Amino acid sequence: MSQARVYLDNNATTQIAPEVLEEMLPFLRDKYGNPSSAYSFGGNLQKDLERARDRTAALFSCHPTEIVFTSCGTESDNFAIRGLVDAYPEKTHVILTKVEHPAVKNQAPYLRKKGLRVTEIGVDRQGRLDLAELAAAMDNETLLVSCMLANNETGVIFPLEEICRIAKEHGVFVHTDAVQAVGKIPLDFSRLPVDLAAFSGHKFHAPKGVGGLFVRRGLKIRPFLIGGHQERSRRGGTENLASIVGLGRAAELAAGRLGEEATRVRDLRDRLERGILRSIANSEVNGDPEHRVPNTTNVGIHFIEGEALLLALDKQGICASTGSACASGSLQPSHVLRAMGVPFTCVHGSLRFSLSTYTTPAEVDYVLETLPVIVGRLRELSPFRSLREIEAFGA
Amino acid sequence: MWEYSEKVMDHYEHPRNVGEVQNANAVGEVGSIVCGDALKLTLKIDGGLITDARFKTFGCGSAIAAASALTEMIKGRSLEEASRITNKDIAGFLGGLPEEKMHCSVMGQEALEAAIADYRGVKKEVHKEDEGEIVCKCFSVTDQKIKRVALANNLHTVEEITNYTKAGGGCGACIPKIEDLLEEVWRGESARKAPGGRLTMVQKIKRIEEVLEEEVRPILKRDGGDLELIDVVENKVIVRMMGMCQGCHASELTTKGLVQEKLRELVDPTLEAVEDVPG
Ligand SMILES: Cc1ncc(COP(=O)(O)O)c(C=O)c1O
Repeated sequence: MSQARVYLDNNATTQIAPEVLEEMLPFLRDKYGNPSSAYSFGGNLQKDLERARDRTAALFSCHPTEIVFTSCGTESDNFAIRGLVDAYPEKTHVILTKVEHPAVKNQAPYLRKKGLRVTEIGVDRQGRLDLAELAAAMDNETLLVSCMLANNETGVIFPLEEICRIAKEHGVFVHTDAVQAVGKIPLDFSRLPVDLAAFSGHKFHAPKGVGGLFVRRGLKIRPFLIGGHQERSRRGGTENLASIVGLGRAAELAAGRLGEEATRVRDLRDRLERGILRSIANSEVNGDPEHRVPNTTNVGIHFIEGEALLLALDKQGICASTGSACASGSLQPSHVLRAMGVPFTCVHGSLRFSLSTYTTPAEVDYVLETLPVIVGRLRELSPFRSLREIEAFGA
Repeated sequence: MWEYSEKVMDHYEHPRNVGEVQNANAVGEVGSIVCGDALKLTLKIDGGLITDARFKTFGCGSAIAAASALTEMIKGRSLEEASRITNKDIAGFLGGLPEEKMHCSVMGQEALEAAIADYRGVKKEVHKEDEGEIVCKCFSVTDQKIKRVALANNLHTVEEITNYTKAGGGCGACIPKIEDLLEEVWRGESARKAPGGRLTMVQKIKRIEEVLEEEVRPILKRDGGDLELIDVVENKVIVRMMGMCQGCHASELTTKGLVQEKLRELVDPTLEAVEDVPG
């Protein structure tokens, strides 16, 4: 049995593209100056910093001054929400969704402690946002709606244009956690009227520990990391130049992969998904298949548990992820799948495969050969094969 | 990622005794798919001996390993020996479990208890301890179970209780209540109280008689034995073994294990059972 690693967990993190690493290396070796220095050895590096900003802005069709580099997606989300809340102390209401990443979701207790009201909007069985609920939640105290663009677990894309339209009607700002959308679907901030958007390098083949926030020109926002004058005083701290250069290059590569290459990845994902549904009885897709990023599939496999699946896949060299409670140690299955009302027969047995530009057809075929065997083995072990058996259990 | 011992991985990858015993005369089903793990244990008991044990489980790697280990531990053992297996023994057999996964070993022990109770036809009584009041609504855990597991495993924090019973691991609304229960369990360990407050000597003897009658004698009678209450002196409960139990090399174990455990659990945790050896 082949023991080569098959990495299908690109929503967790991605490999650094070789081209990205290549461009970074000089900055880790010789070009170690500080871009803020007055002499050329440091000061000249401003040009590299700004070039990275230009390349990143190009991916989003925005102005370079609208890009603030940060240390990660989480920082960007914190910056966006807290920076805006602090800039508008008279506004007392923030809207989130029930399926946000912890980088956004876990700010709710903080905001509540500060005395703000927080409303979390639900989703339907397919993971689609309830737009009527969203519109109804807005009032004249509402400052902001923070709403992810693509969901990290299911890949479901929220209709951001529509959300912006509703928000603008109510004079409400929009922040989007775009971490899982960047590099997967085209983003055009010259047309999409969001005010803030968070992204993270390691989700699109740049290194870990670098990210950014799109801040629309003219938006009033307080810095989150208070310090020096870097990033036009919006984010203190000496720039992580090598990584920022890497992020710029990764943005450029991503821009070139949104067309045909995205279609190739989508076809592979669809082949994987169809193959799983065909070969494994009692399996289903979690999330709206129509509105999804092209690299992600989340399948619910009834009557077995996700961590046991991951362990077995790992033994065969396959890296994937699950929304099962046991894998995380949280005891509760994924808040995203629960918000969707995924039935209890498969909420513990979800598997997420997330592909990348480096995924090959042979890897997909290998998973399709391996997974049904593993599922068969675990189902042999399971006391449940039907709803009837579940109902009779322990009675 | 969890750090599983080699033994856990071995039992996960090569689970022993999977399936259901044909014509089982003891079945234990615990957990539920909603909570994320469930275990069905089937046993064949013959002349007080567990001659076959099989399991089916829905759960993570350590739940599978704990169930597999349990079947290995009880096969060929007497009911008496098996009934003394604790969740700690199961975890120990596996070379340890991550703290957060200790509830898998507790599930194993509970399935075994349920199966033995089923065999003895005393399902209701044995489960009485877990009736009580539901504290954790997310995982349906009662105050009685929390107290019992806390005592058995020497648990002092909410986090430990969550690791062993899952209680408090959902919405977290019951955490203050768990804190109260822990407080109650460990409050002045020296001044332990019987459930329901301090008993007078008369009440105590009455309770002891009840427990022996309902909880202990039916079990002994299954194996052709019996017992008689001779006296209660302070915290010493003096009993005489009769029938098959009399002179049985395991009678000491029966007294200390079954009788004392039951009395401590249901009457007063400071009681000591002593066998009256006829002169
Ligand atoms: C949707 C979403 N937001 C935010 C983050 C956090 O990004 P980072 O790991 O860069 O802090 C992630 C990463 O898992 C994510 O998927």
